[in-house]
Amino acid sequence: MRSIYFKELNQFFSSLTGYLAIIIFLVISGLFLWVFSETSILNYNYASIGQLFTIAPLVFLFLIPAITMNAFAEEQQLKTLELLTTKPLTDLQIILGKYFAAITLVGFALLPTLIYYFSVYFLGSPVGNIDTGGVIGSYIGLFFLAAIFTAIGIWISSLTSNQIVAFIVSAFICFVVYWAFDFLSALPIFYGKSDALVKSFGINLHYENISRGRIDSRDVLYFVSTITFFLWLTFVSLDRRKW
Amino acid sequence: MSIQVNALTKIYGSQKAIDNISFEAKEGEITGLVGPNGAGKTTTMKILTCYMPPSEGQATVCGLDVNTQEQDIKKLIGYLPEHNPLYGSMYIKEYLQFIARVHKLPNIKSKIADVIDMVGLGKEQHKRISQLSKGYKQRVGIAQSLIHDPKVLILDEPISGLDPNQLVEIRKMILNLKEGKTIIFSSHILQEVESICDKIVILNNGHVAADDEISKIESSYSERLSIQVEFLNSINPTILQGLGQGVNIEAISSTKYLLHVENNEDIRADIFDLAVAHNNKLLNLSTSQQSLENVFKSVTNN
Repeated sequence: MRSIYFKELNQFFSSLTGYLAIIIFLVISGLFLWVFSETSILNYNYASIGQLFTIAPLVFLFLIPAITMNAFAEEQQLKTLELLTTKPLTDLQIILGKYFAAITLVGFALLPTLIYYFSVYFLGSPVGNIDTGGVIGSYIGLFFLAAIFTAIGIWISSLTSNQIVAFIVSAFICFVVYWAFDFLSALPIFYGKSDALVKSFGINLHYENISRGRIDSRDVLYFVSTITFFLWLTFVSLDRRKW
Repeated sequence: MSIQVNALTKIYGSQKAIDNISFEAKEGEITGLVGPNGAGKTTTMKILTCYMPPSEGQATVCGLDVNTQEQDIKKLIGYLPEHNPLYGSMYIKEYLQFIARVHKLPNIKSKIADVIDMVGLGKEQHKRISQLSKGYKQRVGIAQSLIHDPKVLILDEPISGLDPNQLVEIRKMILNLKEGKTIIFSSHILQEVESICDKIVILNNGHVAADDEISKIESSYSERLSIQVEFLNSINPTILQGLGQGVNIEAISSTKYLLHVENNEDIRADIFDLAVAHNNKLLNLSTSQQSLENVFKSVTNN
């Protein structure tokens, strides 16, 4: 698994993909947080980086499919998947190697945003007047959200050899899993009856729960099981060659 | 027996890619897998390399079963898939390093240097794979299959698309590897198969059409002697029928004929006399041996 992990990371950073993903994420989130007056922290009058956690999922919605679209689609296009699967590697090792590499890249993109936290921490009046617990929870939530998006992206990428298709479909599925359940739960058929259940299938509810700084085992279980589910689908998809 | 294939069948949907095939490959020998496109060569190799399991039947590699011991087999095998898939964006050494790590090899640096030397990539070793010519890409492909010094080497069309000089070099390289290894090799280029392989398995439509040492295959199919003859003036085929019962006449043009003699009798002297008797002159008179190519044609023509 480690060999795949390092190969993927190497490929991210030897091509432009890795740098582009990180820079674009930081530019967009930076612009929204510090420059655009409507969403700027400086005009907000409260010492909070809450805006980051509203914008980041939107950026991830496009950025993560762009990172993961290569994962298996390219291997299938180059036929190198045959090379990997006939080496002493299990399918699970290949999947996890690629998955953790993509997660690491997302982590690299998130890491510099800690500067935003420290900036607000020191700009606050009095200094340190920021809801640190909320920020930690939000980071954990955002990381889990990114982890689900990545699992979805990896799965979709394993279904096609066309990277553009992988990108578009992954972005769509990420959108569905993130927001669509919220909209669905508001429909008359569910509203007032099973809307809470429908809502709980989506990421948004759990993301908001964790963002408050309260890490509930049910939310964590939701994230972990959703990630496992999509990675399992990837496994099934790779297994198709044996059918 | 280092590779044993026993009643192997692979079904894709409703189509049988290979149907009940059996053959063996010994250590220290190069076994050629030949056959027309779609005969099942690649499918057979994909099963032996544990890319996919067979639908029915068994195959063992060094005594290990492809159905149950795939991870152990994968460690023993060096495989060059068809079309030689490579990561074009990687550097040669970076790529070989990745493959060596996958195999968890010790002394990676010296292993890479050895294998680069072995396949003759020395001059190009600092290049990106996408910058290499086809012949050198092929060498990279062979290098990745050799890096862990595998007991079994499976090469799917390793010489297609190479120029004659590269062909000679790759051929030499494969022959040098033979000792202590089991090599299975597929190709369309029959002259290459003839010059490299110790034995061949001819596949046709998913069945084994012939399986033996090359010399035996050639002799067993050479009961019919073929004689090519060219006259100066056109000659009526009915006149040629006077050569005897067992002669099959195939007209190429009105002056050129191919005669197949069933009982292997050399009738060249008779042909000469016939030409003289009909006041004609001979321009060419030659026998053609049953080459592997002819055997291939005759066993794979349905």
